[in-house]
Amino acid sequence: MSPQTKQVLRVGKAQLDLLEELTNANGVSGNEIEIREIIRKKVAPFADEIKVDGMGNLLVIKHAKKPNAIKVMLDAHMDEVGFMIVEEDGDGLYEFEHVGGGDERQFVSKPVSVGSQKLPGVIGSKPIHLASEDEMNAVISQQGMRIDLGPAGKGKAKRGDYAAYATKFIRSGDAIFAKALDNRLGCATLIELLKTAPEHIELLAAFTVQEEIGLRGAKVAAYDFYPQMAIAVDSTPAFDFERPDGNENTEYNCKLGGGPAIYIADRGTLSDPRLIRFLTQVAEENKINYQYRQPGGGGTDAGALHLTRGGIPSVSVSVPGRYAHTAVMLARISDWQDTLNLLQQALAAWTPEILSGDRA
Amino acid sequence: MEDITPFLLSLLSKPGISGYEESVSEIIADRWRPLVDELTISPLRSLHGLRKAATNERRPTLMIAAHMDAIGLMVKTINHGFFTITTVGGIDPRVLPGQLVTVHGKKELPGLVQLMPDRLLNNETASKAPTKNQLFVDTGLTQKELADLVKPGDLISFAQPPFEMTGGYIAGHSLDNRASVAALTLCLEEIKNYNLDCNVVAAATVQEELHGIGAATSTFSVRPDLAFAVDVTFAKGPGSNDYRTFSLGEGPAIGLGANNHPALTQKMTSLAEELDIPYFIEAMPTSSGTDGMAMQITANGIPTQVLSMSLRYMHTSVEMTSLKDIARTGRLLARFITDLNPDSFSKLFEEKTL
Repeated sequence: MSPQTKQVLRVGKAQLDLLEELTNANGVSGNEIEIREIIRKKVAPFADEIKVDGMGNLLVIKHAKKPNAIKVMLDAHMDEVGFMIVEEDGDGLYEFEHVGGGDERQFVSKPVSVGSQKLPGVIGSKPIHLASEDEMNAVISQQGMRIDLGPAGKGKAKRGDYAAYATKFIRSGDAIFAKALDNRLGCATLIELLKTAPEHIELLAAFTVQEEIGLRGAKVAAYDFYPQMAIAVDSTPAFDFERPDGNENTEYNCKLGGGPAIYIADRGTLSDPRLIRFLTQVAEENKINYQYRQPGGGGTDAGALHLTRGGIPSVSVSVPGRYAHTAVMLARISDWQDTLNLLQQALAAWTPEILSGDRA
Repeated sequence: MEDITPFLLSLLSKPGISGYEESVSEIIADRWRPLVDELTISPLRSLHGLRKAATNERRPTLMIAAHMDAIGLMVKTINHGFFTITTVGGIDPRVLPGQLVTVHGKKELPGLVQLMPDRLLNNETASKAPTKNQLFVDTGLTQKELADLVKPGDLISFAQPPFEMTGGYIAGHSLDNRASVAALTLCLEEIKNYNLDCNVVAAATVQEELHGIGAATSTFSVRPDLAFAVDVTFAKGPGSNDYRTFSLGEGPAIGLGANNHPALTQKMTSLAEELDIPYFIEAMPTSSGTDGMAMQITANGIPTQVLSMSLRYMHTSVEMTSLKDIARTGRLLARFITDLNPDSFSKLFEEKTL
């Protein structure tokens, strides 16, 4: 294995400030412009080429300084789950649809930020005092909720406006509470990796759109870049709780504090075994905390990446996070640090031999 | 008159859960001190601000009361770094998943209320409306990091910061009933430069969310000749459109029904007309569900009137009300006070029979 990289990336104040800026900003699938503009400014000093493609993906290239360099694509989706205003009811109340996968039990009583003007709103429903016993036993359905801009918000939002949770970033020790950690953690990771791109790699960083509604941005970004291998960097849910029935939790997916979760198999992708072996080896040799995400459902942009053109060897590496697709996610700084270390060391240690053998 | 919004925002940033109102009581006391002649604290920690009549003769005493306590949560058990919870006051468990909270242990810790993911539940419990027993609080810290910082019985308050909405509305937790505390404060400011011909006790009461405990005890101590309970009521909104609900921002609601003395209801209605303040009549067929219940039946009975501001999403972290209605309520109360003297007091009850 080649020597370790000299400048080790650290999650310090600057990195946490970056993550705070990225998570407080809004980028519901289909409306990623605010995130894209933040990232564009952040990567400008390190990038050789920056462009925005026809779908809104931000494609950033850091050229290799050595000949015959391998083209490595790093992918992180910029979009987050959220809402779209679909109908005005009058009195500042708006009917909405959820954009992306979500559980309607999580929607109610949250502040939201509506439209490009970021109008303050809340998601409201009938109060407990007026609910019947039958209603109390039933899930509050999305149809029973409204996005409320207050009576003076009448006519202020229009059909098609996006709304995002208005959660503000909080740090508590090693814990972080924020919205959209899925996948601003991935975006922040790519921004950091661009700073220390090794000379023997043609680094192709794609900040993609519309992952939450079907991996749409990644598909065209991978086509454009046509890399020799790809890594999707994302956040994956940690279901690391004690089961209420007392049985062993065998479906935790991944665990907070367990380090980067390397994907083996999900609904859409069988990760390239050579890349799994390689990442494992890098983690072991550098004594980086890591875990395998439990094989099963779910998916990342890798589902689109590996099927592009004639096929691209791909793997996913995710920072574990609890409560994905809700108003407030929870992650650990140490897991992000370990993810950053693993990916940085993996890029540094890359050799062409890794993909020269057969896949399995 | 000073803008009440900054004061209200500070009230809404404090926990002040029922039985533990000190954090909010302190800032009310600071604000009221220059506005009253005497500021006292009752044995159960309600705050009483007395404005004396400008004479030593006997004058009627009016009490205006608003509860300052808020609903909240409490740590029940600690299990592998997660807390099971119980509620203080009436909270719909269905609004709790995804709520940011503050856990008041040995130090204040940010936390999050959540529910068990379906994949860890069986068919009977998955995808159901969450109940209190299924919810937990996660601080993101491990059991080891938590050490002995948190113990059962520690309070948990909503951490949602209050915020201003477009065009004179405000959202946050505990607008029920700190909106009314703000209305009382505006009233005290408005009557500050008047020589009064009555005594006024403004009371910020405790433990309303647990059956009007502060109001009952404060009314007993003050023994007013008449009393107003100032609280919030329901605004029209999603799923809320029947006779119990009122258009938000279009005036306070004057209670009508057994909990309200008809003479006071009548008087408040005519004052609102006179001052050109829009208002609603809130039909209260049996109970008002406010401090007014306990106040009315104190000692040998106190003529009581309930006055309310309508509010959306009661008992959530994003209650919403109108700053204009708060100001209108304060003005109505102030005018009632400056009109009150021994003559008007006796006239008030002359013609009306119960």
